[in-house]
Amino acid sequence: MSESNSERRTRLLRLGGFVAATYIGLFLIGFIGGLSLNEIFGQLISITMYAGVFGLLALALNLHWGYTGMFNIGIAGFMAIGVYTMVFLTASPDPVASPVAGLDLPILVGVLGGVIVAAIFGALLAIPTLRVRADYFAIITLGFSEIVRLFIQSDTLGEIEIGDQVYGTGAGRSVRYSNFRDLTDVVVQTFVPSAIFDTLGAVGLSDSLVRRLFYALVVLLFMLAVLWLLRRIARSPFGRVLKAIREDETAAQSLGKDTRAAKVTVFALGAGLMGLGGILWHGQGSFVEPDLFLPIYTFFIFIALIIGGSGSNLGAMVGGFVFAAFLWDGPRYLRTIVSENLDIDAPQTIYHAGAELLQFDVVPLISYLAESLDELRWIFIGIVLIVLMLRRPEGLYGDQEDIAAAVDLTERPPRGENNE
Amino acid sequence: MSNESVTGVDDPVLVVDGLEKRFGGIVAVDGASFAIERGVITGLIGPNGAGKSTTFNCITGVYKPNGGTVTLDGTEITGKRPEWIANRGLVRTFQIARELPEMTVIENMMLGPQNQRGESLLQSVVPGLRRGVVAEEEGLRERAWETLELFEIDHLAHEKAGTLSGGQRKLLELARALLTDPEVLLLDEPMAGVNPSLEKKLIERIHELKEQGYTFLIVEHDMEVIMENCKRVIVMHQGDVLADGTPAEIESNERVIEAYLGGEV
Amino acid sequence: MYGLQRFKNASGQDLFGYLLLAALAVLILDLARRLVMGTLAPGTLQTLAWNGVIDSLYIGLAAIGLSMTYSILRFANFAHGDLLTAGAFSGWTVAYIIGGIGAADIGSRLLLDADGGARAGALGMDILASPLAIVLGLVAAAIITILVAIAFDRLVFKRLRTAGGITLLIASVGVAFVIRYIIALVYTVDERGIVASAPFVEFPVVGEVNLHELTLVVSATVLILGVHFLLQYTKLGKSMRAMSDNRDLARITGIPTERVVTATWVIGAGLAGAAGYLIVLDQSQISINLGWFLLLLIFAAVILGGIGSIYGAIAGALIIGITLNVSLIWLPADLNEVTAFGLMILILIVKPDGLFGGVETA
Repeated sequence: MSESNSERRTRLLRLGGFVAATYIGLFLIGFIGGLSLNEIFGQLISITMYAGVFGLLALALNLHWGYTGMFNIGIAGFMAIGVYTMVFLTASPDPVASPVAGLDLPILVGVLGGVIVAAIFGALLAIPTLRVRADYFAIITLGFSEIVRLFIQSDTLGEIEIGDQVYGTGAGRSVRYSNFRDLTDVVVQTFVPSAIFDTLGAVGLSDSLVRRLFYALVVLLFMLAVLWLLRRIARSPFGRVLKAIREDETAAQSLGKDTRAAKVTVFALGAGLMGLGGILWHGQGSFVEPDLFLPIYTFFIFIALIIGGSGSNLGAMVGGFVFAAFLWDGPRYLRTIVSENLDIDAPQTIYHAGAELLQFDVVPLISYLAESLDELRWIFIGIVLIVLMLRRPEGLYGDQEDIAAAVDLTERPPRGENNE
Repeated sequence: MSNESVTGVDDPVLVVDGLEKRFGGIVAVDGASFAIERGVITGLIGPNGAGKSTTFNCITGVYKPNGGTVTLDGTEITGKRPEWIANRGLVRTFQIARELPEMTVIENMMLGPQNQRGESLLQSVVPGLRRGVVAEEEGLRERAWETLELFEIDHLAHEKAGTLSGGQRKLLELARALLTDPEVLLLDEPMAGVNPSLEKKLIERIHELKEQGYTFLIVEHDMEVIMENCKRVIVMHQGDVLADGTPAEIESNERVIEAYLGGEV
Repeated sequence: MYGLQRFKNASGQDLFGYLLLAALAVLILDLARRLVMGTLAPGTLQTLAWNGVIDSLYIGLAAIGLSMTYSILRFANFAHGDLLTAGAFSGWTVAYIIGGIGAADIGSRLLLDADGGARAGALGMDILASPLAIVLGLVAAAIITILVAIAFDRLVFKRLRTAGGITLLIASVGVAFVIRYIIALVYTVDERGIVASAPFVEFPVVGEVNLHELTLVVSATVLILGVHFLLQYTKLGKSMRAMSDNRDLARITGIPTERVVTATWVIGAGLAGAAGYLIVLDQSQISINLGWFLLLLIFAAVILGGIGSIYGAIAGALIIGITLNVSLIWLPADLNEVTAFGLMILILIVKPDGLFGGVETA
């Protein structure tokens, strides 16, 4: 049974409280740790942006996996396609501005193009693999993702001469494309009065920080737009067919549903959204390179979705936030604070730290561990994944799922002469 | 053998002719031929391994036959995809009910009607188009509730289908199948796992529907159910049609009796 | 006409098989053409083929284990690559401890030169200078990896015996992270060379032979033969082959399931650990991503050969190894893996049983 409205409200309030507490907590820790306002807010803004990006990508994965049951571990590949298409479309032909030429089209065209091309590749991958069973499909998507990355990295695609321009992906090199942030800058300059810059500047926040803040907000907006789209799909006959495919594709077919078309459509849509996620993720930095699309990044999104749990849209966004705050940016933040305050040379290896431990000196070990926060973080993630699989039964789809209909099914027509 | 039974039926809505299906070296269906009369309940029986389920699967497109033809209302449906066949009006239920466990009973029902406008992504999402979908959904909802009430499972509407009892799932499957607006209903062991009182209800429904013009082909192990309710009975054995006639004829058919006792025919 | 009829009835799988053979024929013809015309030196082909064999040996060792766990334990073990890494690190640590006595302090040796205090050259880390250390290291690699695998089986996979394939896959990703980053915590993430340059020895007929490569070939062959004898001539082997085909059947007929599962891990992890160790012997570079980066290629070998088939895994590895290297004749170096992955995807779509699917297990 889906939960009642009041239960839902309580849950949302609790989540809101959790998010707020995280922000406040991080602020306080930074404040006490002696970081400047710029540093602290910079961190909080960064977390917000990543929460939006991971949330969006996790939502797209939820569409594939949580809804339709298509286990896709090729997310990084679709991200790469979105990003590099955008590079091609928006890069300047001026060799000084970027190592590879592009069509120098407006940014929005680039974004749209990236999403569409990623969606097309999604469809191309889905069509021949419709009958493949779940774990083989997963391996295929992984292989696809790697093929994309290797192609982008290769010299073949790295430089393509057409006329007197050199287009391409730049092979292994970093390439620059028009910052998506430029769009944000335009918006900011047009709509945000300089008064806001002045006020925030008075508190000690730099201009670049304010720009980053608006970028983060734009990312959040995109995430919410994707959420709106997904909920609309969920509450529709199309969403119903997707659920049925997940539950029992043969049964759905026996009821006359064209499951193949539905799968290709939803896979393409999700792939396009993953392309969008990739664009937003790297839209703030200037440079992009193939190593940013290694399979490990796909697994980040998986972890975000699984941690958020329950394969629901809300879970996707929560997981994105948790991942961003505690696993992605958080540790770095902590390390900065620790190194600012503890003036100790961390031992170079764990052996030396251990040797000190035997002489009852714990500090070297602690500082070694603090330095190795990255590794500790992944060990922790691995344990979390294992525990989640051990505790959670087969279905990752929680009871918080929307009922798949465009109208409220609890309403029934009044009993009248229609009945026996 | 085959031509006899095919022409012996007036107004055949479903005709199976020389159906063959092999799995590697095993021949599951070996040249089976029969015809199903419109608006009538026909039974399909036979000992285990006779090829009944395989025949069902071949007719409904779950398997691709190796030979033979299947014709529905004059249109050939041999080897077509299951959803295409369902669209043509041939709908089946399954031996083990496939009730889409995580969806509620009424969600299951809403899945029944075919060619829903909202099954297209665009129609469901684009603001102007969605209005049409919503309107259609309201109509579907009404039909869903009506049918649930007819089958007396409306009190279970918001339960997840996976929590239903075996018999209730069978009722749901049949109710859902009805919403597809079928011409011919193939029921694969509809009584399996159903308690006697529910069984009675199921049979009553089937008769009512037959009166309304639906055609039924029922596979069953429960001999009483078949003999008491079917106008015609087809007996399969070792992949072929052994006998084909009225219940009375079948009951007294020696070869049928021998087949059931395990003898070679 | 009969011929046409047969062609019409050919399934997509058969057509794919014909196409593959046709493509292969074209490639072989082109190869011959290049050899004859002189654009391809026979020496180059020989080197490429030999490199292909080397690659296929260690991929094969890893693939056997992955194939066995996939078919007997019924899931794609994404931690398998990290078993290779575990074998590499643990085995070479032992080699360093034994072989570096006196040449560098124990701290640096234990951590495989994490701090630069134990250079491979200084320690004489090659097969001629420290044969005992290296051989013992190989043995240790296998044993320690087995222990690691069994530990994780008991802790994680055993409790998920009845869970679905996807759940186990995700759990194995978790296990992979844990193994990899515990190693990273201890040994640091720096990639480094830890084996001294390989000594070369003159042999009659074949000329100069790289002794490390020779060690790899000999060890791998011995191990593979050992597995073969185990599976064909022992009771345990027969049980494993039966279980690989049908687990419920095996339980019913009285074959102890858990014992077979343990044996699977022992063999699979032992081979994987040895493979990881031998890779480092050959290419000297060690890093925590050693196995993870190879994982997809190992999957490709397993899938080509048909999941569950030991000989298929070896054959699949051979195909992958040769493809990776010989394809360099036609393709630029940065696309050779693409061919292997592309082949794997095609097989999964058209003939998921693998090229040799349908053949009896092992």
